Amino acid sequence: MQKQEFTITLYTENSVGLIGRISGIFSRRKINIESLNTSPSEVEGIHRFTIVIQENEEVVRKLCRQLEKQIDVMKAYYNTDDEIVWQEQALYKVPADVVTEKVYVERLLRQYGASTVVIRQDYIVFETAGHREEIDRLTEELNKYGLIEFVRGARIAIIKNSAGIHQKVLQFENREPSPHIVENEYLDKRDNVFTM
Amino acid sequence: MNTLEINEQKDTRSAEAIEISGSKAVLEALLQENVDTVFGYPGGAIMPIYDALYDYSEKLKHILVRHEQGAVHAAQGFARVSGKTGVVFATSGPGATNLVTGLADAMIDSNPLVCITGQVYASLLGTDAFQETDVINITTPVTKWNYQVTDATEIPEAIAKAFYIANTGRPGPVLIDITKNAQLQLFDYLGYKKCTHIRSYRPEPEIRKEYIEKAAQLINQAKKPFVLFGQGVILGKAEDEFKSFIEKANLPAAATVMGLSALPTDHRLHVGMLGMHGNYAPNVMTNECDVLIAVGMRFDDRVTGRLDKYAKQAKVIHLDIDPAEIDKNVKTTVPVWGDCKKTLPLLTALLKENDHSEWVEKFRELEKEEIKEVIHNELNPTTDAMTMGEVIRVLNELTNGEAIITTDVGQHQMVACRYARYNHSKSSVTSGGLGTMGFGLPAAIGAWYGAPEKTVVAIIGDGGFQMTLQELGTIMQFGAKVKILILNNEFLGMVRQWQQLFHDRRYSFVNITSPDFVAVAKGYYIEGEKISERKDLKAALEKMLSHDGAYLLEVMVGKENNVFPMVAQGTSVSEIRLK
Ligand SMILES: Cc1ncc(C[n+]2csc(CCOP(=O)(O)OP(=O)(O)O)c2C)c(N)n1
Repeated sequence: MQKQEFTITLYTENSVGLIGRISGIFSRRKINIESLNTSPSEVEGIHRFTIVIQENEEVVRKLCRQLEKQIDVMKAYYNTDDEIVWQEQALYKVPADVVTEKVYVERLLRQYGASTVVIRQDYIVFETAGHREEIDRLTEELNKYGLIEFVRGARIAIIKNSAGIHQKVLQFENREPSPHIVENEYLDKRDNVFTM
Repeated sequence: MNTLEINEQKDTRSAEAIEISGSKAVLEALLQENVDTVFGYPGGAIMPIYDALYDYSEKLKHILVRHEQGAVHAAQGFARVSGKTGVVFATSGPGATNLVTGLADAMIDSNPLVCITGQVYASLLGTDAFQETDVINITTPVTKWNYQVTDATEIPEAIAKAFYIANTGRPGPVLIDITKNAQLQLFDYLGYKKCTHIRSYRPEPEIRKEYIEKAAQLINQAKKPFVLFGQGVILGKAEDEFKSFIEKANLPAAATVMGLSALPTDHRLHVGMLGMHGNYAPNVMTNECDVLIAVGMRFDDRVTGRLDKYAKQAKVIHLDIDPAEIDKNVKTTVPVWGDCKKTLPLLTALLKENDHSEWVEKFRELEKEEIKEVIHNELNPTTDAMTMGEVIRVLNELTNGEAIITTDVGQHQMVACRYARYNHSKSSVTSGGLGTMGFGLPAAIGAWYGAPEKTVVAIIGDGGFQMTLQELGTIMQFGAKVKILILNNEFLGMVRQWQQLFHDRRYSFVNITSPDFVAVAKGYYIEGEKISERKDLKAALEKMLSHDGAYLLEVMVGKENNVFPMVAQGTSVSEIRLK
């Protein structure tokens, strides 16, 4: 199976030290986390982790089971890029004179949907959000004009085909076992999937 | 205020609060969880709890071990034999770090433990204070859950959660780290409430009927069904359910090391032990069965050998409470999620009664071959030197499969697991997943506290015994009637065996000399004897078993004997070698 980009979404309790527990599950398997974001979720008191890794699906599936097994993790989802709407934010600091003198830089920024965050006499800070390739392209362009500083934020993602966690939380709170805690698509398809 | 007053308030969370210290709340919590035995070692950061313990000594037995590693292994032995949760106290810093090996061992072997460690004052956290270590981070990978308490009001709930997590679903060790200020702090105690639900924790996956049906259908159609059972059967208290299951359709069943004793060794469908030093038939037949039914086991690599050559021909049914185990190592055709106490009867109900006698007979045929090639010589040697196997054979004759046997790690462990007989569940205690030398002696102490009415025999190598022999002090002081059987081959035997087979007999640092073990035992006021002649074996074992109290018997065995059969690393289970 080929490696590809997967976005893992975890819904968790908001507890101290959980990041360590979760990142340990990756590092122990020598899986590099490309991007990690934690934030509140749509439900108060529940946290959402968005983690990007390059792996094959089999590994990611097993990983998600191990993640979901952690006491403070409610649910783990994994998705390929086409199953999510995702964004990464970036900030660029460029010398002010370049922007003011060379109008096409401004055009470039507009083309990429960047907006100005700070204007100073000596530099300007732009902000944009988008897919990595878009950000990479703009970075590459701005590099030609003396990009002073650049930083990109972690990926955040919305799963296209998901009703969020509201329903699930109710189930979790109700003590009732959720009917589909794990899915096994391999029921009776062993010969097709045996890879080892 | 005495402890009774508080007890009477249990579960009521009465409006009237009593002011008590965090330490007292810890001990109250333990009583509410029906804990009667704690293994531990004090120190500055846990002194308030020990101080409180002084008033509780009639209700809570505290066993002072000689090293914190011994406390965890003892608690593991206790848990494995009693089915209860083992409890450990240790202080901060070095006390807590000494727990790590035991925690890792308990984690991989799914032993329910609650470890309570003291910690420096909350105000000192992160300052490299005296005896401060980041216990939470150190133990995260080796605990099912851990939590640091910095305020006494959190204590009842944290401990309730700890017990619930440790002992539900797939059991495991839990660690609660309590800062000293929280232990000392007085707070309004409202009684103790057991935990029965945690929002983000599902101990048991939902049982899916359709998979049970599918599994039953596969078993009913199978010509050569084969059952592998692990500790899950014991942890699920499903021994009877398991027996009914295999008996109804006459399914041959083999144990993993951790599954030993779940089914009496002499059961007609018990076809031996799986894995690297398991029996010949079950290893070979794994690659011949058409349906492989794994019950509460996790396809450890010591069981499967080379995965790409493991049971490729078979459809696999996997019963497990831990969803993460399904497909982890071996692809499953039908997963049966859930507690096997519940899933097995559902499955049994759908099974057709079946004979499979020809198929079962095949195991017996291969067994005969193994007896001829290996077992007979091991159990009835004609050499001068005694074999480990014959020691176990005589032990079996004297104990009739009634003893609890703990082992350390090495050749003697594999020999004990292969040849010891078990009539009752929970009578084999060994370090399966981590293979921890030094486990056997402290585990035996814990096992004895878990079942003091039983004979507990610890079978230990000359190497491993020297890793935790200080626990003889615990035996001396607390009178645990443990029988210690040292099988001395004057080598780190298992490593030597590998060096012989795979490293051209280059015996690099496996020659280990030992003290006069009997004299050491005597130093601890423990009776003992050393023998090196076959003619003395039976009498010596009899003496050990009939002695009222702890006893150490050292048996000198052949120096370069090997444990066979063996599935060499990197080979397939069906390539198991008989010599
Ligand atoms: C703590 C620890 N260190 C090292 C090992 C590696 N190891 C496995 S078996 C073994 C030899 C054990 O020798 P001994 O206790 O004399 O038992 P024998 O194999 O001779 O029966 C060693 C060193 C281990 N399992 N655990």
